[in-house]
Amino acid sequence: MADPITPVLTKRWLSPNSWRLSTYEQLEGYTAVKKALRKPPEQMVALIKDAGLRGRGGAGFPAGVKWSFMPQADKGAAKPHYLVINADEGEPGTCKDIPLMMADPHSLIEGCIIASYAMRAHHCFIYVRGEVLHCIRRLNAAVREAYDAGYLGKDILGSGFDLDIVVHAGAGAYICGEETALLDSLEGRRGQPRLKPPFPAAAGLYAKPTTVNNVETIATVPYIVNGGSDWFREMGTEKSPGPKIFSISGHVEQPGQYEAPLGTTLRELLELAGGMKDGIPLKFWTPGGSSTPMFTADHLDVPLDFEGAAEAGSMLGTTAIMVFNETVSVPWAVMKWTQFYEHESCGKCTPCREGTFWLAQVLERMVAGKGTEEDIDTMLDVCDNILGRSFCALGDGAVSPIESGIKYFRDEFLALCEDNKSKQSEAELVGAKA
Amino acid sequence: MTQVPESTVFDADIHAKATEIIGRYPEARSALLPMLHLVQSVQGYVSQEGISFCAEKLDLTDAEVSAVATFYTMYKRKPCGEHLVSVCTNTLCAAMGGDAIYKKLQDHLGENGTPLGHEETAGTPGETGSITLEHAECLAACDLAPVLQVNYEYFDNQTEQSAVELVDALRKGERPQPTRGASLTDLKSVELQLAGFFPEDEQFATDVDGPSAAEETLRGAKLAQERGWVAPAMRDEETR
Repeated sequence: MADPITPVLTKRWLSPNSWRLSTYEQLEGYTAVKKALRKPPEQMVALIKDAGLRGRGGAGFPAGVKWSFMPQADKGAAKPHYLVINADEGEPGTCKDIPLMMADPHSLIEGCIIASYAMRAHHCFIYVRGEVLHCIRRLNAAVREAYDAGYLGKDILGSGFDLDIVVHAGAGAYICGEETALLDSLEGRRGQPRLKPPFPAAAGLYAKPTTVNNVETIATVPYIVNGGSDWFREMGTEKSPGPKIFSISGHVEQPGQYEAPLGTTLRELLELAGGMKDGIPLKFWTPGGSSTPMFTADHLDVPLDFEGAAEAGSMLGTTAIMVFNETVSVPWAVMKWTQFYEHESCGKCTPCREGTFWLAQVLERMVAGKGTEEDIDTMLDVCDNILGRSFCALGDGAVSPIESGIKYFRDEFLALCEDNKSKQSEAELVGAKA
Repeated sequence: MTQVPESTVFDADIHAKATEIIGRYPEARSALLPMLHLVQSVQGYVSQEGISFCAEKLDLTDAEVSAVATFYTMYKRKPCGEHLVSVCTNTLCAAMGGDAIYKKLQDHLGENGTPLGHEETAGTPGETGSITLEHAECLAACDLAPVLQVNYEYFDNQTEQSAVELVDALRKGERPQPTRGASLTDLKSVELQLAGFFPEDEQFATDVDGPSAAEETLRGAKLAQERGWVAPAMRDEETR
C-alpha cells in the first residue's frame, strides 16, 4: 500500500531553482534518457505498455498503445514522424500541467526525448496555451539549456539520435486542447477538429505520422524508465496504475496540488486538503474538470481512477477537483460553465455551435428567474442532440454539467421556475386589478 | 513571395524576425500564430496592416489570415492599453469572488457612471497607464482563485480591494510585482515573448527566475515531506 501522497512528478518542486538544469541533474535528471537511448525504440514502447501508463490529459487512453500505432519504419524514404505535446491546459478547474512545467520543465523535456526516440520522431513541438507566459519563458530557457548540454540537437549523447524541440505559444482557444484541433492550430489555421479516421498516427501534423500526448503523461515517462513498470504499478490500481497530480480548488481549507496514487477518494483528498473551508458542507464537485459530470457528497468514497469515476457515472478527466459548498447555486454554476462552452465552441458543427448557444440562453433566463418547468425538458432534449452527435468531445463536455446538474439537483432548477410561476400569478392579479 | 512595397509600420527588424519564425517550422504556415503575436508586439493589436504583413510573408491571402486572427481571443482587433488586465470569471473563480472583482473593475475603470466593457480601454490606448480590461476563461490557476493576469503574468488570490489597488497603481504608471511571473513590462513587450523571442541576456535570466512556486502549488509536496510520505523506492538494479 503506497503512502497517501507519492511525490514522483512533484518531488523536485521544493528544491531551490527546481527549473534549472543544474538542479535537475543533481536530482537524477537526464539519467533515464541515457538508459533509453541504449535500448531499441520498440523496447521503450513495450515498457510504457507494460507500465499501463494512461493518458493524463483526460481520456485515459493507454500511452504505450498510442505509441505503438506509429509506423515502425525509420528509413530514408519514410515520412517524418512528429511528437506533439498538448500543453494547452484550459479545461475549467485544471491546473496541473502549468505548475509542473514551471517547476520542473526538464522532466517534460527528458520525457519528450525518450518518447520521440521510441516513436522515431526527430521533431517535437510543445504547444502551450498563450496565456501562461511565465511557463513559456521557463520552457524556452529549459530547451535552450538542454541544447547547450547536448540533450537536444544532433547526435544526442553520442547515440546518433537527433531531436529538435520547438516551444509554440497558442493564442487563446480552449478547443485547441482537442488533439486534432491542436494540430490544425499548429499548422497555422483556425483550431477546428478534424474528422477521424485518419487518426494522427496515420496522418497528423502536415499529414505525417504524429502522436499527441499530454504534459503529465510524457513527464511521467523518465520515472518509468528509471523505476521500471513493476515499480510504477506499486502505485494506483490495476487498470489505472501510477501517481497522479490531483488539483484541488474551491471551498477547501488548503487548495493546492496533491500527487497521490490513482484510486484515492475525495474523502481522503479532503483530509489532505484540510477539509471543507470554514466547515461549510460540500454540495457538489467535479472529479476532472467541468466536462466531467458533477458528483455530490454521496460520492466521497468513489475511487478516483479511470474505472471508478466511470462506474459512478462520471469520468476521471484531468483530476481537476473543483469543490463547491452549500452556498453555491447549481443552476448558476451550470449556466457559467455553459457560457464557457458557448464561447469556446469552434463553430464547426451545428449541434455544438447552436446547442451551446441556446442552452446558455435558456439557463440565463432560468437563473434570472424567468424559466419554466418546460425549460428543463427543453435543455435535456437539446443535450440529447449534442451528446454523441458533435464533431468532437467539446459538445459532449458541454452536456455534462447540465445533465448531471439536473440529475442531482433538479429541485433547485424547479425552485427557480416555481419562483417565476408565483411571480407570474402575482402579475396576473395586478393586471386584473388595473 | 511577390514583391511588395516596404511596409511603413514593420521595419527591417520585424521582417527579419518574421523570417526567423518561419525558419523554426518544417512548413511555413505554422509560423502564422507566432507571427500574429509578433505584429501585436509592434502595434499592440492586429491591424489590417498586420494581417497583410503576415499574408505577404506566408504567401496567403488577407482573408486566410483574418480567418485565423479572428478565431483566437488573444489577438485583439483594436488598439489596446499599455496593460491588459484579464480577470478569470469561469465558474470556480467566479464563485470565489472573480465575478465581483470583474464588476468592481468595470465600475472603477469606467467613466461618467458607464462601466468599462469587455475588451474596452481606460485611458488612451498605447499611453502610459492605459488599461484594457477583459473577462477571461479558466486561466489554469484554480487552486489560487480568484486570479487575474496583467499582461499574462499571474496575480493570485485577489480581492476586490487588491484588484482596485493594482489597477490604480498601473494607472499611475507603476508596475507592481506579480505573484508569479517576471516583473511587469507592457503588453507589446510580452507579445514579442509570445512570438518566441527571448534574447539571451541578463534580463531574460532574471525573468526566468521570477517566482512561480505559490504556497498552494507546493502544499502536497510539503505535506509529504512533513509526514515522511514518499513514493515507493526504485529498485537498485533497475535504476542503474
